[in-house]
Amino acid sequence: MTYFASGHGACPGCGLAIAVRNVLDALEGKCFVANSTGCLEIISSQYERSAWGVPYIHSLFENAGAVAAGIELALKALKRTDEGKVVVFAGDGATADIGIGTLSGMMDRNHDVIYICLDNEAYQNTGNQQSGLTPMGSNTTTTPAGAIMLGKTGRKKDMISIAVAHGLPYVASASVAFHADIRRKVKKAAEIEGAKYIQIHTPCVTGWGIDGKQTITSAKLAYETALYPIVEFENGELTRVRKIKERKPVEEYLKIQRRFRHLFKHPRGQEIINLIQKIADENAKKYNLDL
Amino acid sequence: MKKVVRGFYSIAHAVKLCKPNVIAAYPITPQTEIVENLAKMYSNGELEGCEYVTAESEFGAASILVGASAAGARTFTATCSQGLILMSEVLLNAAGMRLPIVLVNTNRALSAPLSIWNDHQDSMVLRDGGLIQIHVETNQEAHDMVPLAFKVAENSKVMLPFMINMDGFKLTHAYEPVDLLDQDTVDSFLPPYNPPVYMTTKNPLTFGCYAPPHCYTEFRVVMQRAMMRALDVLEETYREWAEVTGRDWGGHVVGEFLDDAELAIVSMGSLTGMVRDVVKELRKNGVKVGLLKIRTFRPFPAKQVKEALKNANKILVFERAVSFGYEGPVGIEVKSALFGLNPEFYSFAVGLGGRDVPREELMKIITDVYEGKVEQGFHFGTVKEFEEVIV
Ligand SMILES: Cc1ncc(C[n+]2csc(CCOP(=O)(O)OP(=O)(O)O)c2C)c(N)n1
Ligand code: SF4
Repeated sequence: MTYFASGHGACPGCGLAIAVRNVLDALEGKCFVANSTGCLEIISSQYERSAWGVPYIHSLFENAGAVAAGIELALKALKRTDEGKVVVFAGDGATADIGIGTLSGMMDRNHDVIYICLDNEAYQNTGNQQSGLTPMGSNTTTTPAGAIMLGKTGRKKDMISIAVAHGLPYVASASVAFHADIRRKVKKAAEIEGAKYIQIHTPCVTGWGIDGKQTITSAKLAYETALYPIVEFENGELTRVRKIKERKPVEEYLKIQRRFRHLFKHPRGQEIINLIQKIADENAKKYNLDL
Repeated sequence: MKKVVRGFYSIAHAVKLCKPNVIAAYPITPQTEIVENLAKMYSNGELEGCEYVTAESEFGAASILVGASAAGARTFTATCSQGLILMSEVLLNAAGMRLPIVLVNTNRALSAPLSIWNDHQDSMVLRDGGLIQIHVETNQEAHDMVPLAFKVAENSKVMLPFMINMDGFKLTHAYEPVDLLDQDTVDSFLPPYNPPVYMTTKNPLTFGCYAPPHCYTEFRVVMQRAMMRALDVLEETYREWAEVTGRDWGGHVVGEFLDDAELAIVSMGSLTGMVRDVVKELRKNGVKVGLLKIRTFRPFPAKQVKEALKNANKILVFERAVSFGYEGPVGIEVKSALFGLNPEFYSFAVGLGGRDVPREELMKIITDVYEGKVEQGFHFGTVKEFEEVIV
């Protein structure tokens, strides 16, 4: 039995499937999955065609954190904790926006749950609308680039810091560009008692406007430009970062994606690119990313 | 053991005896003391095999129970009003997933205007979601219905959430003598929860799937069938309860003085006690009135309602809610159950937002209807002159 079958309906090149497969492999399938409404649920849970080889539940868009907490409590009450770990797969919208209340409750009560945010940087299931984790300048259907607006305003909500502020024993970011790193982090999280938050960068082929073959290169560029810092916190301490050898300018990341194309045409586009570069520089400084 | 206790204690004590595995709590008046009583029991080590959790919201509380129930736990929560409405997305989802979560709703009016007092508007909003719903008249009845709720909800022919409605303040805060159950009685009646399917790594199943149009209806069909089966399961379980405890609450509906009643009065919840009182007094004076108390509201016992009311040529419904833009929701159900009989029909929304319903008011409405002084249709009970101001 595969833990996540190849018959799911993701777009070719979708980052979600890569992330999910690595997480389930790392846990050797010994887990209970709670999934929020979103792309992953739609591509994998269709009646009679479930791709899941592990116990799986989808309830709503905004409650995966609480549902996972409930599973954890039930396993405790029924003395079945040896059956496996409780894992959440939730999109960035489910995590940073609508579900942040139940996630905060789960983290605050320190349930023994590994919460994985699959960050494809927008509400992709409903067709690429902006979420709290959509990066600045991104063209989404609710922040469309036009004559006076240049896509999403404001920066990505810092969910890593929000998770750390909850006093979690383990918080990390990761990227589908680095499979082994995902697996290592998940294994590590599984060994720690309490609430764990891991945010994985998972490119979306359609929403970002990239080719199916560019998933890994785009994810890698996000890391290489310092737009997606790959970091690890244990008990509030920054314990590890993935250093960047020669940091690349953000343009290299932006120019290969349709969601940023307007920035290279619009008269004020350069202004936004400069702001995005500033965010990358700040990230590099904050986490000391440059080698 | 008979003890004078308040309504919330009568619930908490019964919940404890049902040995739940997960209780999720979030406060809202007048429910709060139910979960506070349970918290105290938990903190004193009286809730063995149970995890008690304080959620970040009612939405979270209900969601926690969805996860717990799917993982095979017996689950409980209590709420009302804004809390129930905040839970609603989750509860309707639990119904679709066929999770037998039991909750007590201490009926309270909805905002706006803000009111903490009792009416039935909150539970009526959830009427169509697939929850079993019953209404109780007294704290003894509330107490007794808790083990019954678990037993019915968890019956493999049913597998649906179960909501016990009890009137906020009128019951929750009232002291009444309650014959409290003991563990042996409940154990002999309610077996441990043994779900037909649950989340386990030993047999990985998918819960809460996505259903394309070619099969969504099928899921709704089985839900409807389960609801209709619940009518029989409930009735059997009401009977079984009478055998085990000696307390016979009757079936879905309880009729009194109905055989020769010209005017039948329908009521639900704690108001019923007073209506019964008025009916008895009127009977003494030779007025041919009768009473029908509805306990089961969903599934709706249409057959029993029709049978009970078949002789009356006038029906009067008292209820604590309005279906805005139409009439009173209970009236609508009763009228539809009586299709073909065509009695004169009256319904009155009374006691909204906790407004006092004096005995004299009930008496007056009943006699006016009896004597033909009221027009048929839907009415509010006493209201002051009140002009809506639109500038
Ligand atoms: C309460 C509620 N509001 C809106 C929706 C519609 N909806 C379903 S999935 C979704 C977006 C999911 O976005 P995200 O969590 O980022 O996951 P993704 O699909 O991008 O993986 C929305 C808005 C819903 N299901 N429930
Ligand atoms: S829309 Fe994006 S996130 Fe959704 S399946 Fe396709 S590539 Fe993946």
